[in-house]
Amino acid sequence: MIKAINIHKSFDGTEVLKGITFDFRKSKTNLIIGRSGAGKTVLLKTLVGLITPDNGEVWYDDIDFYKLSLKEIRKLRKKVGMLFQGNALFDSMTIEENVRFPLDMFTDMSFEEKQEQVNSCLNRVELEGVNDKYPAEISGGMQKRVGIARAIVMNPDYLFCDEPNSGLDPKTALIIDELIQSITKENNMTTIINTHDMNSVMEIGENILLLDNGEVAWTGSKDEIMHTDNKYIENFIFASPFLKKLKNQALDNYK
Amino acid sequence: MWLIKVFSKPEKTRMYYNEVLRQIEEIGFGSLKIVFIISVFIGAVTAIQLSYQFGGTLIPSYYIGYTLREMIIVDLAPTITSLVLAGKIGSSIAAEIGGMRQKEIIDAMEIMGLNTPAFLVLPKIVGAVFSVPLLIILAAGLSIFSGFVTATALAGFTPADFIKGLTSFYDAYTVWVMIIKAFVFSFIIVTISAYHGYFVKRGSIELGKAGTDAIVYSSILILVADYVIAQVMMG
Repeated sequence: MIKAINIHKSFDGTEVLKGITFDFRKSKTNLIIGRSGAGKTVLLKTLVGLITPDNGEVWYDDIDFYKLSLKEIRKLRKKVGMLFQGNALFDSMTIEENVRFPLDMFTDMSFEEKQEQVNSCLNRVELEGVNDKYPAEISGGMQKRVGIARAIVMNPDYLFCDEPNSGLDPKTALIIDELIQSITKENNMTTIINTHDMNSVMEIGENILLLDNGEVAWTGSKDEIMHTDNKYIENFIFASPFLKKLKNQALDNYK
Repeated sequence: MWLIKVFSKPEKTRMYYNEVLRQIEEIGFGSLKIVFIISVFIGAVTAIQLSYQFGGTLIPSYYIGYTLREMIIVDLAPTITSLVLAGKIGSSIAAEIGGMRQKEIIDAMEIMGLNTPAFLVLPKIVGAVFSVPLLIILAAGLSIFSGFVTATALAGFTPADFIKGLTSFYDAYTVWVMIIKAFVFSFIIVTISAYHGYFVKRGSIELGKAGTDAIVYSSILILVADYVIAQVMMG
C-alpha cells in the first residue's frame, strides 16, 4: 500500500497539487485520472520520488519515503518498477539487454539465471523472438510490453505506470491494461496508473483518484462511476454524447 | 554536489568497466581521424610562420626545430586539440545525456535505484582522462613531424638543422606540462558537457542549447585552465 498524505507542490508560485490525500491499495490497479494539467504526472512523480513535494508525506507500507536517506531510497527503489509514457528504453541496447539491465546492475545472479528471468518476463508480456532486436525495430505496443517486462524483472512490490496507453490503438491499449492488471494480481503489487484513457478507467479502475486543478475531485471504483451523480464525473468521464448515451443504456439495462 | 555524486562508489564495478571501455573506444578511437587532420595543419602552419619570422634575422636556422617543438608540446598540441575535442566530444556527450534526460531514461535509471550521475558521467571521465592525453601525445608527435616535412620541403630548412634544433635544450618538464594540461582539459570537457546534458530542460531547442553551451563553456574553461597551468608551472 502507498499512502499520500496532504501533498502540496508548487512550481514558480503556481500550486499544482493542493493537499492530496489518498490510499493506493495493494493488489489493486489504482488509477490517477483527470484532465490535462490536473496534476496527475506531478502526483505520480511525487509518489515515486522524482519530484519532491513542498509539503506532505508519502508512505510505502510502513516506510515514510521522504524521511529516508538517499542510500535508503536507492535500496527501496529496488522494489519499485516504473513504466514510462515514452517507455524510456535504452536505444543502444537490445530488448534482452534492456530487460536484463536492472539484474546486471543490482543482482549477483549468474548469466543463466538472469537469462531465465529475462525470458520469463518477456514471455509473461507475450513477447517472443525479439530478444536481439533494438527498441527502434519494434512497434509502440511491443515497446510498452518491453517496458513492463523491465519494470517487473526485479519482482517489485510497487509498480508505477505513466500513461501506459498513450499512442496505442484501442485494442493494444486494452491488452496492455489487462496485462498490467493481471501482473498486479499475480505479484500482489501496489500498482498506480496515471491515465486519461477512459477505456482504462472502465476496464481496470479498481481504486480511482480523480484530480481536478490539483485537488481531489472524486474517489471510488469503476462500478461506482456508473452510479455516481457527481457532476464533475458526469462531465469528465462521459464527456461525449455517445458515452452519455451508452451510460444511460447501461443504467436502463441494469434497472 | 552533483560532482560528489559523480565520484561516489559504483554499484557494480563490472558494468562501469564495460562502460569505460566503450567510452575509450568512442572518445579515443573515434577522435583519431580529426586529431590526425588538425595535427598535420598545426605543424605545417607553425613551421611556415616560424620560417617567415626567422627569415632575414640573425637567429640560427636550427632554432626552428627547437621553437616549433616547444610551441607544440607546451601549448599548441594540448590546447588546440582539446578545443577541437571540446567541439566533437563535448557536443556528443551533452546530446547523449540530454537526450536521455528528455526521453526519461535518466528518470528510469533513478527509479531502478541507480546513481545516475556516477553511472553516466564517471565512465566518460575515466575514458576521456585515459584517451585524451594519448591523443594529445599523438597530436604533438604528428604536428612535429608535419612541421619537419613542411620546414624542409617547403621552407628551405635542411633536415639536419631541423633535427639539431629539435634535439637541443630538451627539458622533459615541458612534456609533463603537456600531460597535465591534457588531464585537466579532458576532465573539463567531460564534466562541463555532461553537466549541461544532465540538467537540460524539455524541448529540442534546449537540447541544442545544451550542446552549444557545452562547447562554449568547455572552451572558455580550457583557455582559463591553460593560463592557470602556465602561470603555476612556468610562470
